[in-house]
Amino acid sequence: METPRLPYETIECDVLVVGAGGAGMRAAIAAADAGCKVTVVTKSLLGKAHTVMAEGGIAAGIGNVDPEDSWEVHFADTMLGGQLLNNWRMVELYAHEVIDRVLELERWGGLFDRTEDGRIMQRAFGAHSWKRLAHVGDRTGLELIRTCQDKMVHTEGVDVCMEYTLTTLLKSGDRVAGAFGYDRNTGRFVAIRAGAVVLATGGWGRMYRFTSNSWECSGDGAAMAYEAGADLLDMEFVQFHPTGMIWPPGARGILVTEAVRGEGGLLFNAEGSRFMLDYDPVKKELSSRDVVARSIYKEVQAGRGTPHGGAYLDVRHLGADYVKRKLPSMYEQFHALASIDITSQPMEVGPTIHYTMGGVRVDPDTAATTVPGLYAAGEAAGGLHGANRLGGNSLGDILVFGRRAGEAAAAYAMSTGPGPDIDATQIAAEQADLLRPLAGDGDGASLGENPYKLHEELQAAMQDDAGIGRTETSLQRALAAIVSLRERSTRMRVAGGRALNPGWHTCRDLTNMLVISEAIVRGAIERRESRGSQWRFDHLEQEVEFGKINFVTRRAGDAMQVVSVPLDPLPERLRSLLERSRFYDPVKLPKGYLTEIAPAAAIPTAGAAGTAEKRPPRAPRKRK
Amino acid sequence: MAVVDQPAPAAAAAPESALTASGLTGETLTLQVLKGVPDGPQTEVTYQVPVVAGMVVLDAVHYVQHNLDTDLACRWNCKAAKCGSCSAEVNGRPVLLCKTRVDDLPAGPVKVHPLKAFPLIKDLVTDVSRNYEINRSIPPFTAAPDDGTPWRIQQRDIDRLYEFRKCIECFLCQDVCHIIRSHDYGDRFYGPRFFVRVASLEMHPKDVIDRRDQTREEGGLGYCNITKCCTDVCPEHIHITDNAIIPLKERVADVQWDPVRFVGRKLFGPRND
Repeated sequence: METPRLPYETIECDVLVVGAGGAGMRAAIAAADAGCKVTVVTKSLLGKAHTVMAEGGIAAGIGNVDPEDSWEVHFADTMLGGQLLNNWRMVELYAHEVIDRVLELERWGGLFDRTEDGRIMQRAFGAHSWKRLAHVGDRTGLELIRTCQDKMVHTEGVDVCMEYTLTTLLKSGDRVAGAFGYDRNTGRFVAIRAGAVVLATGGWGRMYRFTSNSWECSGDGAAMAYEAGADLLDMEFVQFHPTGMIWPPGARGILVTEAVRGEGGLLFNAEGSRFMLDYDPVKKELSSRDVVARSIYKEVQAGRGTPHGGAYLDVRHLGADYVKRKLPSMYEQFHALASIDITSQPMEVGPTIHYTMGGVRVDPDTAATTVPGLYAAGEAAGGLHGANRLGGNSLGDILVFGRRAGEAAAAYAMSTGPGPDIDATQIAAEQADLLRPLAGDGDGASLGENPYKLHEELQAAMQDDAGIGRTETSLQRALAAIVSLRERSTRMRVAGGRALNPGWHTCRDLTNMLVISEAIVRGAIERRESRGSQWRFDHLEQEVEFGKINFVTRRAGDAMQVVSVPLDPLPERLRSLLERSRFYDPVKLPKGYLTEIAPAAAIPTAGAAGTAEKRPPRAPRKRK
Repeated sequence: MAVVDQPAPAAAAAPESALTASGLTGETLTLQVLKGVPDGPQTEVTYQVPVVAGMVVLDAVHYVQHNLDTDLACRWNCKAAKCGSCSAEVNGRPVLLCKTRVDDLPAGPVKVHPLKAFPLIKDLVTDVSRNYEINRSIPPFTAAPDDGTPWRIQQRDIDRLYEFRKCIECFLCQDVCHIIRSHDYGDRFYGPRFFVRVASLEMHPKDVIDRRDQTREEGGLGYCNITKCCTDVCPEHIHITDNAIIPLKERVADVQWDPVRFVGRKLFGPRND
């Protein structure tokens, strides 16, 4: 048996939560409330997680502004937005419980904008039937994370390890026994022994060049889960947010919140034409993100783009005072980074990689993965959003399923007792792997590959060949690039030691990103259709067959395997709810098992279902 | 330090990643970064960085990491001035590196140093954990147990809290405050960030806890002599002194120095009210 080369610290807990964004903190609070000793590990300082970047709000069918709204309509909008590939049980739980989670946040001291009669204000958002997003100006994510942070640090039984990176899950037989990694600041190794592990590690935008994601979004959680034998779901679905900054170059990709359009912002091409009227006459600028992003892309391809290759987003007609009150951080962002006053000049925007619908495959009720003792929640998990996520459904997702994961992990840890013993052989192997880029004398960097350069090459390959529009040829090119980069990544070398060495940290981030990139590309190759965020130039239509399956990625020895699994069809009681969406159109139903049964008449009528009641679209309300 | 190579032009065959022109202006920026570890010497290392249109100092630091010095430590996250991670001192002024435009700085070398008021970890990264300890010591938001949600709260009652809640915890105000920076009273003084925190809790219409005595005794509110340096450096433009600290001082004075209450305390002993 191998023994670890270097000493390591050991931490023991009942539940280990990896990640301290909204999902991680909500899971930690839930597990501690259930009586567990919880350790939360975050790569950054507390409160810096990517949740702060969420701006628009939390979607919840409270119906404070539009009384017609309800969880049922929210359910229908989310399913239709996801092109019916969503796990319907997750959506059902989500639409139900997100209302309680919003009120809970308020109970914990979170602020929301108010209606005139003092209730939580809700705003319009893309592809939501009614005004649904509870919000605080355009910094809702910051409010959520600060509120959860304050709640968590004052919850008994939660310890936080800030600026630690976990690199592998430790297993005992089939079961997860904890995780291993290092303290980023000192480089000291650490093993955390836990009865159950919750992955709340967020998404993976960093393998693309133009992304709204921070450096943290390298897919560590999904990569670790994959290595540990868990299933990944629908990895091909990567969301392009239609509006990211495109100029100056350093700011390219930074998010311009959908709340700009929710509050009435309009999109124009370089010829001054409001092009969304042509692409989606019903929802216009507030169409779903996949549609708006593709529309901007098509305008640019047709030669009607702005000077820097995007579209104009205009809020001038809303009035300077209103813009500064409802969109303060957008005003500040353009003022500081682009020297543009959005109250008097239009913004230039274009699609940016924003969110990953795919993720670790979980049980809808418990967030349990296919590996015993391992749970996943938030963006790291897949299933809720199907082929495309609606804006405002992520902040709700992290709260609803963060809590569920925390509770289920606590129950598992308490039922099985303390975690199994840690396997020293596993730790020895991981240490050797982590230390490899530091090997060599003197200036190690000159002897091998620079991890930053490999990262840049991966970003170029993914952006160009597995980006917003894909073909078999481009995807095969991306796959070849990934295979070649993986081979070169074994020769990565960096100068310096283990203490706070960003070059060294990038090595493992890159390894994870290569695993996840391969999963995205292999999934995208298999899905030979265009649906949601997946846009295949060589397969422009939706196919019935692909509307009946999800793709699952898993490890088979050293090879990556993609298999299709049949969708669980909507049960009758939920099927009838689809009609409650204002955007339900039986003729344009996403192709799949519903359209196959009897096209255009797949959904029982309102009378037959007994509960559904179709309402006519309503004229927009005047702003208060 | 290493001689500068111009960055390789974006791959010509790459349609989308080349969509944006490189934006190179042809100028070169001289970046002087204070590198070092706690027990070793700190030395200013000079790097030459090609300037790109609209470049921020964090872009320049990233260029150095990618091309010249992979070991240069710098904390950052969102690169959109929303998380408050990349705090450092540029030409002596505490700023967010991601929000400091190179073309806004005077011509000549740009000096980038770590925050001075906090213990050094490495290069541009400092140990700000003390701030998290202070936060834990402040009683959290607490509503009356029988005050059940959903609540009715009027917008005008929370309007003044908005600017406090904008805080991104970059700790620039803590860094610039002379009570912490020069007098090293970090162990008996909350600092501007946490006076903002206390103010946001004290002014919340649904909060029922009184933090005034603690803010005066443990928080050292009286040490602040309202020089407004904190307000000056705040990247979120929070009026820290005028809207948080001074109203807190008034509230504390009200409970502590009211003459009638003073006599009451003399006669009946101290009590919290």
